[in-house]
Amino acid sequence: MAAERVKRARYVGAPAQRVDGFDKVTGRAVFGADMSAPNMLWGQVVRSQHPHALIRAIDASAALACDGVAAVLTASDVPGDIRFGVVVPHQPVLCSDRVRYMGDGVALVLAETREQAAEAARLVKADYQPLPAVFDVEEAMRDGAPLIHDDYPGNVVVHHRVRKGDVEAGFAQADLILERDYATQLVEHAYIEPEAVLALPGRGGGVEVYGSIQNPFSCRRAVARVLGLPLAKVRIVQCDMGGSFGGKDEVMSAMSARAALGALLTSRPVKMVNTREESLVESYKRHPYRMHYKVGVTREGRITAMEIRMVADAGAYASQSPFVTWRSTVQATGPYEVPAVKTDILAAFTNNTYTGAMRGFGAPQAVFANESLMDEIALELGIDPVDVRRLNGYRQGSVTATGHKLDEHTVSLMEVIDRATEAAGWREKRQRLPLENRGKTIVRGIGMACSFRGCSLGAEGVDATGAIVSVQTDGSVIVSTGLAENGQGLRTIFSQIAAEELGVDIGRIVFLPCDTSGVPDGGPTVASRSTIMGGNAVRDAARKARRALEDAVAQELGVSSEEIEAGFEEFSAIGDRTLRVGFDQAVAMAWNQARLMASFGWHQAPKVNWDEHVGQGKAYFTYVYGCQVAEVAVDTATGQVRVERLTAAHDVGRAVNPQAVQGQFYGGMAMGLGYGLLEEVELKKGATRTKNFDQYLIPTAMDVPEMIPIVVENHDPYGAYGAKTIGEPTCEITAAAIANAVAHAVGCRVRELPLDMERVLLGECLRVARGERGSERP
Amino acid sequence: MEATRVRITVNGVEHVRLVPSTMTLLEFLREDLQLTGAKEGCGKGECGACTVLLDGEPVASCLVLAAQCSGRSVTTVEGLAPPEEGRLHHVQQAFIDHGAVQCGFCTPGMVMSAVALLEQNPLPTRDEIRVAISGNLCRCTGYQSIVEAIYDASRRSAKAERAEKAEQLSGEPR
Repeated sequence: MAAERVKRARYVGAPAQRVDGFDKVTGRAVFGADMSAPNMLWGQVVRSQHPHALIRAIDASAALACDGVAAVLTASDVPGDIRFGVVVPHQPVLCSDRVRYMGDGVALVLAETREQAAEAARLVKADYQPLPAVFDVEEAMRDGAPLIHDDYPGNVVVHHRVRKGDVEAGFAQADLILERDYATQLVEHAYIEPEAVLALPGRGGGVEVYGSIQNPFSCRRAVARVLGLPLAKVRIVQCDMGGSFGGKDEVMSAMSARAALGALLTSRPVKMVNTREESLVESYKRHPYRMHYKVGVTREGRITAMEIRMVADAGAYASQSPFVTWRSTVQATGPYEVPAVKTDILAAFTNNTYTGAMRGFGAPQAVFANESLMDEIALELGIDPVDVRRLNGYRQGSVTATGHKLDEHTVSLMEVIDRATEAAGWREKRQRLPLENRGKTIVRGIGMACSFRGCSLGAEGVDATGAIVSVQTDGSVIVSTGLAENGQGLRTIFSQIAAEELGVDIGRIVFLPCDTSGVPDGGPTVASRSTIMGGNAVRDAARKARRALEDAVAQELGVSSEEIEAGFEEFSAIGDRTLRVGFDQAVAMAWNQARLMASFGWHQAPKVNWDEHVGQGKAYFTYVYGCQVAEVAVDTATGQVRVERLTAAHDVGRAVNPQAVQGQFYGGMAMGLGYGLLEEVELKKGATRTKNFDQYLIPTAMDVPEMIPIVVENHDPYGAYGAKTIGEPTCEITAAAIANAVAHAVGCRVRELPLDMERVLLGECLRVARGERGSERP
Repeated sequence: MEATRVRITVNGVEHVRLVPSTMTLLEFLREDLQLTGAKEGCGKGECGACTVLLDGEPVASCLVLAAQCSGRSVTTVEGLAPPEEGRLHHVQQAFIDHGAVQCGFCTPGMVMSAVALLEQNPLPTRDEIRVAISGNLCRCTGYQSIVEAIYDASRRSAKAERAEKAEQLSGEPR
């Protein structure tokens, strides 16, 4: 086949500039809040005043009497089902009879201006009958606790189990048994762009919604369900996205459905934009976890058994809790060979803000615990933390705790550990710093952490995605995919792949925004699956389009298609370079021959399997490995931690765009640093106390240190051009590495995040009572 | 609602308007002038996405009232590289070259802070750059590529200025 003879790598592996860079540096990029339409109304949600209450009545008369108010809508105005949800469809877009957290919406005010809508929303009077509420996960699972959802006894959302080997026998073989408790906090995605949509009445009684929507297809299902419309009548188009990190899924489904409801019922466009305060109150967060580990090790440091129990606070709705905790189940032991494992991971409902997908997705919590634990083992046994990991870590052919033999890809854990620790000068600093710290107020430390992570969705569910490559009659090329640009650089990567396969200048490619009516459902843009899954789909589509052109050229030249070779911007007959046809000419030939020059590509993930009773199976079709080293300075007078350097080595399979990969390294580590040191959403009886960026602190340019990215490439047989995954792995280990560095510096360990000044100095959190983190009793 | 007549020069064009006295400069730019480059990320001056230059100084336009800007001159990201010139400001170009843009929401404000810095301090150190952009939050990039972009832009522009001066000294027409 001619296709297999093509050997070019003009774009794949090259640092192509972002195709959307020009629009973004000039202010031309159009984000959700930049959209407007003639005659549009503004929508304002009225949110719950209680964390748990029955709604007796809603009186909108005062609001309706306000200037500019067009309508006040409640659940009774919803033509379809008020409830939606990716896993469990039980989250109301507008509550009819009961509220379960302070972010629940009870009414929607539509008015001529944003100010009028906000003013009138304050006058909507809902009459509540407060119900007993629960804010602590352990309390929520006790007998007699208030039930958040009547069909979930004990408030248990999900319970994942791993049963591998004989744990008791494993502990009996151990020379040392450690039991430790770790906890992580509630954190916010803190995308800088607050949520925004514009909904328009569509043709034939349908609707169109434009906005900051991470997963247009999930959003479409929710909107269609709420409005009682067929999917085909709901069109969701993604605007430029001001960051998402997993965070603009359900919250956008709710906002889109509300705005679409308004557009449908008033026959006018409806715009909605959250303030930062609203975003912090309503949007879902990263799950706080409480984790108990019991580990048995031999004198040499080899792990004999692990028993793990984790409880995640799901908040008021299921959202992605079943899948988030499932990923934790696979990663709970870390990348270590453990012969006997008993893991129980639960998520429980509370009346806190609900929790869902966030970059890392159940991994950062588990990694913080198991990587802290590895250092605690090393300390107890007097072994270097690197050595204890090298002793137990996965190698080629290792079997995971969940029963997957790792033999279909390069298991590069040792490589990433070696690369990161050597680059950071681990051995020398690890020994030198404690000596230098003696008698000093500012003490320094170095710590490391590593992880393995399954790529894409794994056994969570259906995993396939598509792309369209359409060559225009003038030689320009339109590419569209079911996966969406969230800021990570998907448009650029996919444009590179299309240009590479077509053999054309990347300037010919125009990448369309994700439009649910223009491309088939390709699943959500999550789980770092864009390049590995969507890249393959784009490649498939572009190959097919190129073959159509090769066929046209062959027919014109009177040779067989197999004798045509595609070069850059040209086609030629093999062995006869005088028979050359430029790309534009080939397009004209195909057009004159009435050939189809558009093609559809589809990629299905390789098969995976999972036995949920014992938690064993092939959880993911491939994995990535990463290691990070943190160097910190701790002020022992104040407890303040400064990270001075971060070194990261991650196996990405192949860097399709090295500059974009570096961007994921830097951004992931910065987010991980915030998770480790600064960030915590404080709730008091379900009410958000960290209301804006003056209270919810994310890293600034002065908090983020020099970062050294080490890109390791072991091509994966299942990846697009060998490429795997990078978006999430970089984010999930940083906090653990920092915590280990702090322990090295100060000589005692903080087992809960974030490592803010009070936890480091006093060993406790002053703002949230100990043992009740992320929640408080009523 | 009380209204105030303002005369504000935005990107070199003078606008005379009647604005509500509570209207912020950001609202004036985005809603009255449809200049949507400056963004609202927090509404209280914490994130810097709304940064514009007011008489050359960087300000959070969500904290400035439009009425305060009467008689003054505002530069937004749209004014840095007017489309008719077909060329980017060297800071903008450096942001693209260094991969300093991911989602792009903080970018307009970040670019304006960088431009303001380089006006006052043409050859900043990396630490000085970090201080200058510490009021601009970015959640995507970890700032490293942004710092490199601004550093590179400063060196490029200094080089260009030296070349220009040399040209002037030699008296040759451009």
